[in-house]
Amino acid sequence: MSVGLEHYLLLSAILFSIGLYGALVKRSAIVILMSIEIMLVAVSIAMVAFSRYIVPLLLTGQVFVIFIMVVAAAEAAVGLAIIIAIYRSRETIDATKIDLMKW
Amino acid sequence: MIGLDIAFWILAVVGIVAALAVVLLRDIFRAAISMILCFLTVAGIYVTLSADFLAAVQVLIYVGAISVLVILAIMLTREVQRGSPSNKLRIPAFIVVVLFLGAVSFALLNTPWQVSAELPVEPTTAALATRLFGENGYILPVEIAAVLLLAAILGAIVLVREK
Repeated sequence: MSVGLEHYLLLSAILFSIGLYGALVKRSAIVILMSIEIMLVAVSIAMVAFSRYIVPLLLTGQVFVIFIMVVAAAEAAVGLAIIIAIYRSRETIDATKIDLMKW
Repeated sequence: MIGLDIAFWILAVVGIVAALAVVLLRDIFRAAISMILCFLTVAGIYVTLSADFLAAVQVLIYVGAISVLVILAIMLTREVQRGSPSNKLRIPAFIVVVLFLGAVSFALLNTPWQVSAELPVEPTTAALATRLFGENGYILPVEIAAVLLLAAILGAIVLVREK
Protein backbone atom coordinates (compact mmCIF):
# COMPACT_ATOMS: atom_id res chain seq x y z
CA MET A 1 0.00 0.00 0.00
CA SER A 2 1.36 3.35 -1.04
CA VAL A 3 1.83 6.11 1.53
CA GLY A 4 -1.13 8.49 1.57
CA LEU A 5 -2.82 11.17 3.63
CA GLU A 6 -3.85 8.76 6.41
CA HIS A 7 -0.25 7.73 7.07
CA TYR A 8 0.84 11.32 7.61
CA LEU A 9 -2.18 12.04 9.81
CA LEU A 10 -1.49 8.93 11.91
CA LEU A 11 2.16 9.96 12.31
CA SER A 12 0.99 13.41 13.37
CA ALA A 13 -1.47 11.92 15.88
CA ILE A 14 1.19 9.62 17.38
CA LEU A 15 3.72 12.46 17.75
CA PHE A 16 1.03 14.68 19.29
CA SER A 17 0.10 11.95 21.80
CA ILE A 18 3.74 11.48 22.81
CA GLY A 19 4.06 15.23 23.34
CA LEU A 20 0.81 15.30 25.32
CA TYR A 21 2.04 12.49 27.58
CA GLY A 22 5.29 14.34 28.23
CA ALA A 23 3.50 17.61 28.96
CA LEU A 24 1.16 15.90 31.43
CA VAL A 25 3.66 13.69 33.22
CA LYS A 26 7.04 15.42 33.40
CA ARG A 27 8.12 17.45 36.40
CA SER A 28 10.93 19.45 34.83
CA ALA A 29 9.51 22.61 33.24
CA ILE A 30 12.07 22.46 30.41
CA VAL A 31 10.96 18.93 29.42
CA ILE A 32 7.34 20.12 29.48
CA LEU A 33 8.31 22.92 27.09
CA MET A 34 10.11 20.43 24.83
CA SER A 35 6.98 18.24 24.77
CA ILE A 36 4.88 21.25 23.79
CA GLU A 37 7.27 21.95 20.90
CA ILE A 38 6.81 18.33 19.74
CA MET A 39 3.03 18.82 19.86
CA LEU A 40 3.29 21.98 17.72
CA VAL A 41 5.48 20.15 15.19
CA ALA A 42 2.97 17.27 15.04
CA VAL A 43 0.17 19.69 14.21
CA SER A 44 2.37 21.24 11.52
CA ILE A 45 2.80 17.81 9.88
CA ALA A 46 -0.98 17.42 9.72
CA MET A 47 -1.30 20.91 8.19
CA VAL A 48 1.29 20.24 5.48
CA ALA A 49 -0.25 16.82 4.73
CA PHE A 50 -3.70 18.37 4.26
CA SER A 51 -2.18 21.07 2.08
CA ARG A 52 -0.39 18.46 -0.06
CA TYR A 53 -3.27 16.02 -0.50
CA ILE A 54 -6.50 18.06 -0.33
CA VAL A 55 -5.58 21.42 -1.93
CA PRO A 56 -2.20 20.88 -3.61
CA LEU A 57 -2.35 24.12 -5.60
CA LEU A 58 -3.46 26.53 -2.86
CA LEU A 59 -0.70 25.99 -0.23
CA THR A 60 -2.99 27.22 2.55
CA GLY A 61 -1.70 24.67 5.05
CA GLN A 62 1.88 25.69 4.44
CA VAL A 63 1.01 29.34 5.15
CA PHE A 64 -0.53 28.18 8.43
CA VAL A 65 2.65 26.29 9.31
CA ILE A 66 4.70 29.46 8.82
CA PHE A 67 2.54 31.21 11.42
CA ILE A 68 2.75 28.19 13.74
CA MET A 69 6.54 28.49 13.54
CA VAL A 70 6.38 32.19 14.45
CA VAL A 71 4.24 31.41 17.48
CA ALA A 72 6.49 28.49 18.46
CA ALA A 73 9.59 30.68 18.36
CA ALA A 74 7.93 33.39 20.44
CA GLU A 75 6.64 30.77 22.88
CA ALA A 76 10.05 29.16 23.29
CA ALA A 77 11.75 32.51 23.95
CA VAL A 78 9.20 33.71 26.50
CA GLY A 79 8.75 30.29 28.11
CA LEU A 80 12.45 29.73 28.67
CA ALA A 81 12.81 33.29 29.99
CA ILE A 82 10.04 32.57 32.50
CA ILE A 83 11.76 29.31 33.50
CA ILE A 84 15.08 31.10 34.08
CA ALA A 85 13.33 33.85 36.08
CA ILE A 86 11.63 31.21 38.26
CA TYR A 87 14.93 29.39 38.73
CA ARG A 88 16.57 32.61 39.91
CA SER A 89 13.98 33.30 42.56
CA ARG A 90 13.15 29.75 43.73
CA GLU A 91 16.23 27.65 42.86
CA THR A 92 14.08 24.96 41.22
CA ILE A 93 12.11 24.40 38.04
CA ASP A 94 10.21 21.37 39.31
CA ALA A 95 6.66 21.95 38.14
CA THR A 96 5.21 20.25 41.23
CA LYS A 97 7.05 22.69 43.52
CA ILE A 98 6.12 25.85 41.61
CA ASP A 99 2.73 26.15 43.30
CA LEU A 100 2.52 29.77 44.49
CA MET A 101 -0.68 30.31 42.53
CA LYS A 102 -2.22 26.97 43.49
CA TRP A 103 -5.33 27.47 45.57
CA MET B 1 7.24 6.94 -5.78
CA ILE B 2 8.63 3.85 -4.04
CA GLY B 3 11.65 5.87 -2.89
CA LEU B 4 9.33 8.41 -1.22
CA ASP B 5 7.50 5.58 0.55
CA ILE B 6 10.73 4.11 1.93
CA ALA B 7 11.88 7.59 3.00
CA PHE B 8 8.55 8.18 4.76
CA TRP B 9 8.71 4.93 6.73
CA ILE B 10 12.32 5.47 7.83
CA LEU B 11 11.64 9.08 8.83
CA ALA B 12 8.42 8.19 10.63
CA VAL B 13 10.02 5.42 12.70
CA VAL B 14 13.08 7.50 13.58
CA GLY B 15 10.90 10.49 14.45
CA ILE B 16 8.60 8.51 16.74
CA VAL B 17 11.53 6.83 18.48
CA ALA B 18 13.21 10.21 18.98
CA ALA B 19 10.00 11.71 20.38
CA LEU B 20 9.62 8.73 22.75
CA ALA B 21 13.23 9.25 23.85
CA VAL B 22 12.45 12.90 24.70
CA VAL B 23 9.68 11.73 27.03
CA LEU B 24 11.30 8.60 28.47
CA LEU B 25 15.03 9.34 28.83
CA ARG B 26 16.27 10.14 32.33
CA ASP B 27 19.11 12.38 31.18
CA ILE B 28 17.59 15.76 30.28
CA PHE B 29 20.49 16.74 28.01
CA ARG B 30 20.10 13.55 25.94
CA ALA B 31 16.37 14.28 25.77
CA ALA B 32 17.19 17.67 24.24
CA ILE B 33 19.53 16.02 21.69
CA SER B 34 16.84 13.53 20.67
CA MET B 35 14.38 16.44 20.37
CA ILE B 36 16.77 17.91 17.77
CA LEU B 37 16.75 14.54 15.95
CA CYS B 38 12.94 14.55 16.00
CA PHE B 39 12.87 18.05 14.46
CA LEU B 40 15.31 16.96 11.74
CA THR B 41 13.15 13.97 10.78
CA VAL B 42 10.13 16.29 10.63
CA ALA B 43 12.08 18.43 8.14
CA GLY B 44 12.57 15.25 6.10
CA ILE B 45 8.84 14.54 6.32
CA TYR B 46 8.22 18.02 4.87
CA VAL B 47 10.52 17.13 1.98
CA THR B 48 8.49 13.98 1.24
CA LEU B 49 5.37 16.20 1.26
CA SER B 50 7.10 18.43 -1.37
CA ALA B 51 7.24 21.41 1.01
CA ASP B 52 10.86 22.37 0.35
CA PHE B 53 10.73 25.91 1.77
CA LEU B 54 9.14 24.70 5.00
CA ALA B 55 11.82 22.00 5.37
CA ALA B 56 14.56 24.64 5.15
CA VAL B 57 12.73 26.92 7.61
CA GLN B 58 12.17 23.97 9.95
CA VAL B 59 15.92 23.28 10.06
CA LEU B 60 16.69 26.99 10.55
CA ILE B 61 14.16 27.77 13.29
CA TYR B 62 13.65 24.52 15.19
CA VAL B 63 17.02 22.80 14.79
CA GLY B 64 18.95 26.06 14.77
CA ALA B 65 17.23 28.45 17.15
CA ILE B 66 14.79 26.68 19.47
CA SER B 67 17.16 23.80 20.23
CA VAL B 68 19.94 26.22 21.13
CA LEU B 69 17.54 28.09 23.43
CA VAL B 70 16.48 24.84 25.13
CA ILE B 71 20.06 23.64 25.64
CA LEU B 72 21.04 27.08 26.96
CA ALA B 73 18.17 26.94 29.46
CA ILE B 74 19.22 23.43 30.56
CA MET B 75 22.78 24.65 31.14
CA LEU B 76 21.62 27.76 33.02
CA THR B 77 19.34 25.88 35.41
CA ARG B 78 21.65 23.00 36.44
CA GLU B 79 18.92 20.53 35.57
CA VAL B 80 21.32 17.90 34.19
CA GLN B 81 22.11 16.35 37.57
CA ARG B 82 18.51 16.12 38.68
CA GLY B 83 17.37 14.12 35.67
CA SER B 84 13.85 14.16 34.30
CA PRO B 85 11.50 12.53 36.81
CA SER B 86 7.77 11.99 36.37
CA ASN B 87 5.00 13.12 38.68
CA LYS B 88 2.33 10.95 40.29
CA LEU B 89 -0.03 11.09 37.32
CA ARG B 90 1.84 8.65 35.10
CA ILE B 91 -0.85 5.95 34.76
CA PRO B 92 -3.91 8.25 34.45
CA ALA B 93 -2.02 10.37 31.91
CA PHE B 94 -1.11 7.24 29.93
CA ILE B 95 -4.76 6.15 29.86
CA VAL B 96 -5.87 9.63 28.75
CA VAL B 97 -3.26 9.69 25.99
CA VAL B 98 -4.18 6.21 24.72
CA LEU B 99 -7.88 7.15 24.68
CA PHE B 100 -7.06 10.37 22.83
CA LEU B 101 -4.92 8.55 20.27
CA GLY B 102 -7.62 5.93 19.73
CA ALA B 103 -10.34 8.55 19.22
CA VAL B 104 -8.23 10.61 16.82
CA SER B 105 -7.13 7.54 14.82
CA PHE B 106 -10.73 6.30 14.61
CA ALA B 107 -11.89 9.70 13.38
CA LEU B 108 -9.20 10.17 10.77
CA LEU B 109 -9.38 6.61 9.43
CA ASN B 110 -13.17 6.76 9.03
CA THR B 111 -13.41 10.16 7.38
CA PRO B 112 -13.81 10.07 3.57
CA TRP B 113 -11.08 12.58 2.68
CA GLN B 114 -11.49 14.17 -0.74
CA VAL B 115 -7.93 13.61 -1.90
CA SER B 116 -7.07 15.71 -4.94
CA ALA B 117 -5.35 13.99 -7.86
CA GLU B 118 -3.36 17.08 -8.88
CA LEU B 119 0.38 17.16 -8.42
CA PRO B 120 1.69 19.70 -5.87
CA VAL B 121 3.51 22.85 -6.97
CA GLU B 122 7.29 22.62 -6.86
CA PRO B 123 9.36 24.57 -5.88
CA THR B 124 7.09 26.20 -3.35
CA THR B 125 9.06 29.32 -2.34
CA ALA B 126 7.73 31.69 -5.02
CA ALA B 127 4.22 30.24 -4.79
CA LEU B 128 4.23 30.71 -0.99
CA ALA B 129 5.40 34.32 -1.35
CA THR B 130 2.59 35.02 -3.83
CA ARG B 131 0.15 33.40 -1.45
CA LEU B 132 1.40 35.42 1.55
CA PHE B 133 1.80 38.84 -0.03
CA GLY B 134 -0.38 38.71 -3.15
CA GLU B 135 -4.01 39.50 -3.79
CA ASN B 136 -6.32 38.09 -1.05
CA GLY B 137 -3.18 37.17 0.85
CA TYR B 138 -2.08 37.27 4.45
CA ILE B 139 -0.52 40.75 4.73
CA LEU B 140 -2.22 41.61 8.03
CA PRO B 141 -1.26 38.31 9.75
CA VAL B 142 2.34 38.79 8.59
CA GLU B 143 2.43 42.25 10.15
CA ILE B 144 0.85 40.94 13.35
CA ALA B 145 3.42 38.13 13.44
CA ALA B 146 6.19 40.75 13.29
CA VAL B 147 4.63 42.64 16.22
CA LEU B 148 4.23 39.36 18.13
CA LEU B 149 7.92 38.52 17.66
CA LEU B 150 8.92 42.00 18.82
CA ALA B 151 6.73 41.65 21.90
CA ALA B 152 8.23 38.22 22.62
CA ILE B 153 11.79 39.57 22.37
CA LEU B 154 11.00 42.50 24.68
CA GLY B 155 9.18 40.22 27.10
CA ALA B 156 12.08 37.77 27.25
CA ILE B 157 14.57 40.59 27.87
CA VAL B 158 12.43 42.12 30.62
CA LEU B 159 11.91 38.73 32.30
CA VAL B 160 15.58 37.74 32.54
CA ARG B 161 17.03 41.22 33.23
CA GLU B 162 18.99 41.63 36.45
CA LYS B 163 17.06 43.74 38.91
